[in-house]
Amino acid sequence: MRHIISILLENEPGALSRVVGLFSQRNFNIETLNVAPTEDPSLSRLTVTTVGDDRVIEQITKHLNKLVDVVKLVDLTEGNHIERELMLVKVKALGAARDEVKRTADIFRAQVVDVTPSVYTVQITGDGGKLDAFIQAMAPIGILEVARTGVSGIARGDKLLSL
Amino acid sequence: MELLSGADMIARFLKDEGVERIYGYPGGAALHIYDALFRQDSVQHILVRHEQAATHAADGYARASGKPGVVLVTSGPGATNAVTGIATAYMDSIPMVVLCGQVASHLIGEDAFQETDIVGVTRPVVKHSFSIRHPSEIPEVLKKAFYLAATGRPGPVVVDIPKDMTAPTERYEYVYPKKVKIRSYNPVTRGHTGQIKKAVDMMLKARRPVFYTGGGIVTGGASEALTDLVQRLGFPITTTLMGIGAYPQTDNQSLGWLGMHGSYEANMAMHHADLIIAIGARFDDRVTNNTSKFCPTAKIVHVDIDPSSISKTVRADVPIVGAAGSVINEMISLVQGREAASPEALAEWWQSIDGWRAEREGKLYEPSKSGEALKPQEVIEAVHRVTRGEAFVTTDVGQHQMFAAQYYKFAKPNRFITSGGLGTMGFGFPAAMGVKLGYPQDDVVCFTGEGSFQMMMQELSTCKQFEVGVKIVNLNNQSLGMVRQWQDLNYKSRHAHSYMESLPDFAKLIEAYGFTAITVRTHEELAPALERAFADTNELVFLDIYVDPFEHVYPMQVPLGSMRDMLLSKTERT
Repeated sequence: MRHIISILLENEPGALSRVVGLFSQRNFNIETLNVAPTEDPSLSRLTVTTVGDDRVIEQITKHLNKLVDVVKLVDLTEGNHIERELMLVKVKALGAARDEVKRTADIFRAQVVDVTPSVYTVQITGDGGKLDAFIQAMAPIGILEVARTGVSGIARGDKLLSL
Repeated sequence: MELLSGADMIARFLKDEGVERIYGYPGGAALHIYDALFRQDSVQHILVRHEQAATHAADGYARASGKPGVVLVTSGPGATNAVTGIATAYMDSIPMVVLCGQVASHLIGEDAFQETDIVGVTRPVVKHSFSIRHPSEIPEVLKKAFYLAATGRPGPVVVDIPKDMTAPTERYEYVYPKKVKIRSYNPVTRGHTGQIKKAVDMMLKARRPVFYTGGGIVTGGASEALTDLVQRLGFPITTTLMGIGAYPQTDNQSLGWLGMHGSYEANMAMHHADLIIAIGARFDDRVTNNTSKFCPTAKIVHVDIDPSSISKTVRADVPIVGAAGSVINEMISLVQGREAASPEALAEWWQSIDGWRAEREGKLYEPSKSGEALKPQEVIEAVHRVTRGEAFVTTDVGQHQMFAAQYYKFAKPNRFITSGGLGTMGFGFPAAMGVKLGYPQDDVVCFTGEGSFQMMMQELSTCKQFEVGVKIVNLNNQSLGMVRQWQDLNYKSRHAHSYMESLPDFAKLIEAYGFTAITVRTHEELAPALERAFADTNELVFLDIYVDPFEHVYPMQVPLGSMRDMLLSKTERT
């Protein structure tokens, strides 16, 4: 099963490589990875999506917790949560396709954020499934380039991942 | 207020931290630190002849004393040479602090002379690592390094020190940090009381219980508490290779150690148990054999300080995260005044165990007769006798290691010093050196083989310089015995590169360093040679003992089988 694990990490050099290294060292999977500083400059928040059965996920969280740089973590998929990913897509936009791209973007509540005579750059947010669907819809028109941020997430309600 | 350079801070910190001795090798990036060491006399520096030996020596000392071993090496090759020793300590959870010189900050990333990203190289084999980014942070970072290395599940910590951080001209305030706090690191101490109660209830109800304890008892200093608990309950106990001595092997409740080359009775008892109380052990593949056939009728209580060790390979029924000593003491207080539900069942269980013991009694190996080649096993037993079972014993890796573990009976913890997890050939001799430097009054014996010894024999020079009187017992079978045993069993005796041709004349080699060497080729020569070798505790003596090259280590678990599936000799199996 797919899990989204969010980690508060010391914002120190080498901390990220320890997390990433752990996954390859222990033969765990990383599907997406997203990391940025939080409102507290001493902490980064890292979100990783991974796939594994309960035993594997238990090992992943235990080993992550063991890293000295990991301050706190939560498996968001254990409860209700909001999952978002942002994607920028460059699509070939010539002739009739220009309208088609725009219409499809509207359906997905995506925005065209950059335009040239031959290319539209579309920005879209949503969960991974929505982004995949958008890519499928655009594929016949001609996708030139895709940039995805990887999943970020947060628990619904009062639950917090903070110090 | 005291102003010190980074280099002086390091020397001063080591003194304030109570470090008596460090092991190392100088080089460009570490020279400021070496100069600071030169100008003080609180910390002794042992100059090894290869950085790997520095880590093994520090490791040996740490295993014997329970205190962190300290290593100082230079950047690049100095640091990479230390990696095997760091990995060895990591696999066996040994506290160690490794200070590595690094090229100056402004050169990092430029492929400078002797530059290596040692933090990157060692990342998978350290508990944690630091890079110094300002000289003023040296005292705090070092304190953190020692704190991390020695607490929780111990392990090696690397501190990378760019040369400009130790420049003699840059001075900053030095205060020894008595305490340090790391917000993301809070190792557990006490176990969950509810879980401990549950475990104790199961223990009292068990009909066929076995304690299975590991290195966590030794590193956790929980040996006395464990012995108390085991004796109150009257249960059998088996330890891992790393846990040898945690419970006196001389006691009747001890079944010896378990696993691939463990004792017949220990493996049989594990297989038939209805309750396994695992403490400070990690269900290593060399213990469990095939996990799907592991102990089919047993419930498992697993106590470990490291939550990630619990249910990693074998699912625990009652997991308890906590320090071995604290959890065992809580168990003792819960056991007090209570009795086992069925003493008859326990008596019956002991009958089965005594039956297994009787089955193998006198059949473990065939001692040599006059005129025959010595058996390695009887050499170990003879050394045990001459040292009254009280020596510190280090080993290298291979058949001799297993024989030492099987035939030297340990009554105390911290005495059997071996690379269990990583299985590092070359470990034994430098480790013995580290132990002997820390315990000059004791006999320190290194059991080794020609293969292993040749990996670190340059340390004879270190022993000469620092007058380190270890006893080296070379079980010379002119081959890589364990490799050849596997080739005999699995490759139709095709001995691919497991021979040892062109061996040196070890006696001459040892004599070249000014030490005593005794060559033993026959049964009759053994006893007088050992008497001579152990006459003076502080004299380095090398015993080159020729042993039967065809001997195998048994029992040996059958691959993919259960605990009880064992080869018992070249012709018998369970």
